[in-house]
Amino acid sequence: MSAGVSVTAIPAQTRGWQRDLIGISVILIAALAGYFLFPNNLALLTRMIAIMLLVLSLDLVTGYCGVATLGHAALFGSGAYAAGIAAAHFGITEPITMIAIGAIGGALAGLISGVVILRGHGLAQLVLSIAIIHLFHEAANKASEYTGGSDGLSGISPDPILGVFEFDLWGRTAYVFGIVLLLLVFILLRILVRSPFGMLCRGIRQDPVRVSAMGASVKLTLIKMYAISGLVAGVGGAFNAVSTQVVGLDSLSFTNSAEALVMLVLGGVGSLYGALIGTIAFIWIEDLVSAANPFHWLTIVGALLIAVVLFAPKGLYGTAATFVERYRRGAK
Amino acid sequence: MTALFEVDHLQKAFGGLNVTRDVSLALGKGDRVALIGPNGAGKTTFVNLVTGHLRPDFGQVLMGGEDISRFNPMRRVRAGLVRSFQVTRLFGEMTPEEHVALAILQRQGKSGRMAGSSQAMPDVMRETYEILETLNLTALGRVPVSEIAYGQQRLLEIALALALRPKVLLLDEPAAGVPHSDTFLIENALAQLPADLAVLMIEHDMDLVFRFAKRVIVLAAGEIIFDGLPVDATNDLRVREAYLGGYANGSAA
Ligand SMILES: Nc1ncnc2c1ncn2[C@@H]1O[C@H](COP(=O)(O)OP(=O)(O)OP(=O)(O)O)[C@@H](O)[C@H]1O
Ligand SMILES: [Mg+2]
Repeated sequence: MSAGVSVTAIPAQTRGWQRDLIGISVILIAALAGYFLFPNNLALLTRMIAIMLLVLSLDLVTGYCGVATLGHAALFGSGAYAAGIAAAHFGITEPITMIAIGAIGGALAGLISGVVILRGHGLAQLVLSIAIIHLFHEAANKASEYTGGSDGLSGISPDPILGVFEFDLWGRTAYVFGIVLLLLVFILLRILVRSPFGMLCRGIRQDPVRVSAMGASVKLTLIKMYAISGLVAGVGGAFNAVSTQVVGLDSLSFTNSAEALVMLVLGGVGSLYGALIGTIAFIWIEDLVSAANPFHWLTIVGALLIAVVLFAPKGLYGTAATFVERYRRGAK
Repeated sequence: MTALFEVDHLQKAFGGLNVTRDVSLALGKGDRVALIGPNGAGKTTFVNLVTGHLRPDFGQVLMGGEDISRFNPMRRVRAGLVRSFQVTRLFGEMTPEEHVALAILQRQGKSGRMAGSSQAMPDVMRETYEILETLNLTALGRVPVSEIAYGQQRLLEIALALALRPKVLLLDEPAAGVPHSDTFLIENALAQLPADLAVLMIEHDMDLVFRFAKRVIVLAAGEIIFDGLPVDATNDLRVREAYLGGYANGSAA
């Protein structure tokens, strides 16, 4: 055992970037397939993209940091209202600026939620998160002068993107815009979760006491992550406002929060791919089942969720990944 | 001269049970001290009090003369006071490489970076594998901790402490749970610690204590009953009594 270790003893870097390239290609192919296979359903696909951003954002705090929350739509809705109000009341209708305003609105909401929710632990955390979403909802309801209250906020008419691409009746521009935003966010989040900061967050989820014994601040790290999460959810909300040209109180609802959590669990907590797959699966099933049987679709979704939690507790993506891993090891 | 590390009149009670009774001690640069005592003497509690994981009822903790009693655990680590845990506390899904790299990044103030990765930082990787090599963990560098043996997890606990480059190191039974054939790895690691680091090690294995410590502190029922040379400890009447008493109680139970 010599004192110095030769550099060759260090294992080569894992090929994470190659996997990311594959992931990005898969997203692109799926996006193209959606565009050509469901040309009459682009509105649904576009809503999927907005919700994906919300679920990705939730995954950052729940999946990576282990914070349980049922109030995450507060971040999404804040982004939506920020962008919507900017457009409807202040004439800021440039879509990219609207998205940026939504991102800031979401980040602020994330900061506030984080500071409040992180005061509790476990069950208390969950209760605080529910309180937060109700407070946000009520605030938006009361400030009807700006938000339109229960009638919703309309009168949002975004300019053409970059002054060139107009939002069309079929929702093609909105869809492509959404895919570009989603890819951008996805790439940035891949960088984030593999960064030292991302590693620290995963450590906090597994053992906060160990993290503090390393001299890192658990609280500060989580609050930072909450703000970033708000940024992402805010982009999602703002995109929803831009693409649908309305913002409703439902974007700030408990139901929206709870459904986002269900989607995340369905896809697989703690993986960005899980967040995407869970959203697609949930909204797709919701659409299918509610068309087939509008009265019992919630029952069916409930049954499905129980099945996933019991038989594939790591979610669709997590379970599939485990199988692939096992197969690979078996092959070696 | 102010001591590197000083504990003054520390007290703690759980309900009616006095677990720490007026404990005072000081460590200087390069000290190698063993803290021994029967089970339940309050050794781990002492470490928890000193590192800020528990709040004392009374007493002070000082580093280099500065009162750190009001610091949270994080700030105490940054002041140079680092501990290991009697029962390992690690991140089950993460690899030893990630653990050590994270500790190094934290020490360097880079753990908040939101881009790049530790694997792409050659200096961090080199140091990580130097530390892992010291503890014979190189081959396990990329295996999730939940899949490695407990004895090796114990070694990783020490690796983490080393990576933080403390001024004062408190090791809570580093060899507990390590197979006897592997304790030499821990002794190797202890032997390679920087000479000016002050180390306080809690340990039950008396052979290890005698090889390691130049000074022994004996804690019994929350009280320091001996503080002196290892050879004198074995001959001390109160120490013998405490241990015999402990054994007598143990066999009666
Ligand atoms: N959080 C707590 N609440 C109540 N009692 C506690 C707590 N922590 C420790 N104790 C009690 O304090 C006493 C001292 O415990 P401690 O863990 O400090 O002993 P120890 O000297 O480290 O023992 P061992 O050699 O077994 O590790 C024990 O009687 C224990 O039951
Ligand atoms: Mg103990």
